[in-house]
Amino acid sequence: MKVWHFSELAYPPAWEELGPQLRNVVPNRLCDPRIAADLYHRGLDEWALCDELGLNIMVNEHHATATCIDSVCTIPMAILARETKKARLLCLGMPIGNRFDAVRVAEEYSMLDVISRGRVEMGFVKGAPFEVTPANSNPADLMTRFWEAHDLILKAMTTHDGPFNWEGRYFQYRQVNVWPRPYQQPHPPVWLTVNSPESAEVGGERGYVIGSLNTGYVRTPGIYAAYRKGAASRGREATRDRFAYMAIVGVGSTKEEGYKRADQILDYSRTALRVGAQFAFPPGYQSAAATAQALKWPGYGAGVAMRTITLRNGRQVDPNAATVEEFIDAGICFAGTPDMVFEQMKAFHDHVGGFGHLLMMGQGGHITHEDTVDNLTMFSKEVLPRLGELG
Amino acid sequence: METRDVRGVPVEIQGAGSGPPLLYLHAEQYFEQVRPYLDALAKKWTVIAPRHPGYGAASKAADLRSVDDLAYLYLDLLDELKLDKVVLVGASLGGWIALEMCVRNRARLSKLVLVSSVGVKFSGREERDFADLFYMPDIEAFPMLFADPKRHAPNYAAMSAGELEEIARERQMLAHYGWRPYLHNPALKRWLHRVDLPTLVIWGAEDRFAKPSYGQSLAAALPKAELTLIPGSGHYPEIEQGEATIRAIDAFVHK
Repeated sequence: MKVWHFSELAYPPAWEELGPQLRNVVPNRLCDPRIAADLYHRGLDEWALCDELGLNIMVNEHHATATCIDSVCTIPMAILARETKKARLLCLGMPIGNRFDAVRVAEEYSMLDVISRGRVEMGFVKGAPFEVTPANSNPADLMTRFWEAHDLILKAMTTHDGPFNWEGRYFQYRQVNVWPRPYQQPHPPVWLTVNSPESAEVGGERGYVIGSLNTGYVRTPGIYAAYRKGAASRGREATRDRFAYMAIVGVGSTKEEGYKRADQILDYSRTALRVGAQFAFPPGYQSAAATAQALKWPGYGAGVAMRTITLRNGRQVDPNAATVEEFIDAGICFAGTPDMVFEQMKAFHDHVGGFGHLLMMGQGGHITHEDTVDNLTMFSKEVLPRLGELG
Repeated sequence: METRDVRGVPVEIQGAGSGPPLLYLHAEQYFEQVRPYLDALAKKWTVIAPRHPGYGAASKAADLRSVDDLAYLYLDLLDELKLDKVVLVGASLGGWIALEMCVRNRARLSKLVLVSSVGVKFSGREERDFADLFYMPDIEAFPMLFADPKRHAPNYAAMSAGELEEIARERQMLAHYGWRPYLHNPALKRWLHRVDLPTLVIWGAEDRFAKPSYGQSLAAALPKAELTLIPGSGHYPEIEQGEATIRAIDAFVHK
């Protein structure tokens, strides 16, 4: 089991001033660059610590939001490629359907891979629905653009005999010739995020690592099963190392301390979807059937944020009011003493049929730097060594 | 409703009525609400109302990527139907398609009616001619689109799953054809002199999505255009003031 520490690098100071929306519509006068500087340095320090603790590192990006000030995923990757020596560096990831220069993506990932001497893990993501507005990326054909970008990036990274031509539907280049070529051959491992059985099945067909983010007890088994089905359809074995699961983790020397840390990090889950329904359902991003369901929802027309978590018994709970216990029940959070965290992880691991990567949200929301350091340290010393027992 | 193969593109066509030919190009959304208006038009005209590829249940838009493609498609359709002296009516997105047809070839057309047409950029780079429908919740967008949203805006709660999926597809196709640049062709303005056929520009007096001042700019930019405002209507006069819209068309065509 590999464990990856992830933080969105949120900007909580603005949260209190903002109303029901934290994304897309929030002006950046609410972002004090001096506070942001402190937050960046703090987050980078916590990631750098992972190198000493035996944890790996995961970063991502979002745009025009007070929930994540990592707007350019390759910038922390670049800093950490130099500041760390052992940790693997996962970007999950690059929204390649929203990036209008795919060759530049190949250059950025290749350069990062070389500087880090082959420690890059390369995530390609569809991106959350509310990301199409800041990118002004057409949601109606996002996935066909995504897959053309994917094909071009991989060809650019694996072509070593001079420039080639690309005149596709979305991308046109006369002379693609990426320098440097990646350190890992033929290219860094590819990860995808998935949020449905349909996208997981495609991941399985291609044999990539899938990251399933906070999908919980109820939805994750179906997603993993679809991956196995996709893999089997191409004669691939869906080994554990193809499955990653993201959860909030709060460890403490007592149950109360672990819960308190988890509760503070869970402010991520309480705020991440504070976004108007119109941004959550851009035209064509979801299927017509899924959009039709959203239109029917009473709050849709008023742009009310749609947020629920699903408990094991199927009950829907508003994350704003949910307790740590309920997040644990939902499979979104592992919290308490090291023993409790291990037992919760084991139960979830067995429930979904196993996974090889824990994407651990060890920082988020209102947790302090000191508590984050203690959280990561205690996890690495008292939980990580036991994860081999999960098989 | 028939599906006709137009040079390899399956096009659903609603044809009805008798009288002189009228090609009706529908707006980006709410086609179901326009049906009564089309029925009324068919009392005096042979109405040919194609669904744009990607709209409706059957057709796919995959190979057709822009309003340019739709313009050529409907020019092909007129050729195949061998229609002449056609009155071309385009609403909103359909008006943009009609303009793109006219700058290319108006040989089969007699008159043009643009109902709240989009497609041309008049304002500066830091202004927009059309409100950003995908930035606002419906509670803000509907009063921009409709003079009387309570009466005319779609009521999702009362719709079947199939009707809601139709709305979802319309929204997807609006993005497909009009996401970027948003509902316009930056090059179209310089070719508007080619739209030199008698033109009626109809505008809802209470259109706050594309304001009547935009309709004035459009009428002024076309060689032979006049503007008629329809009181009590927002962006979709055919839905809110169907009879007044038809009267305006009749008066213009028979002048």
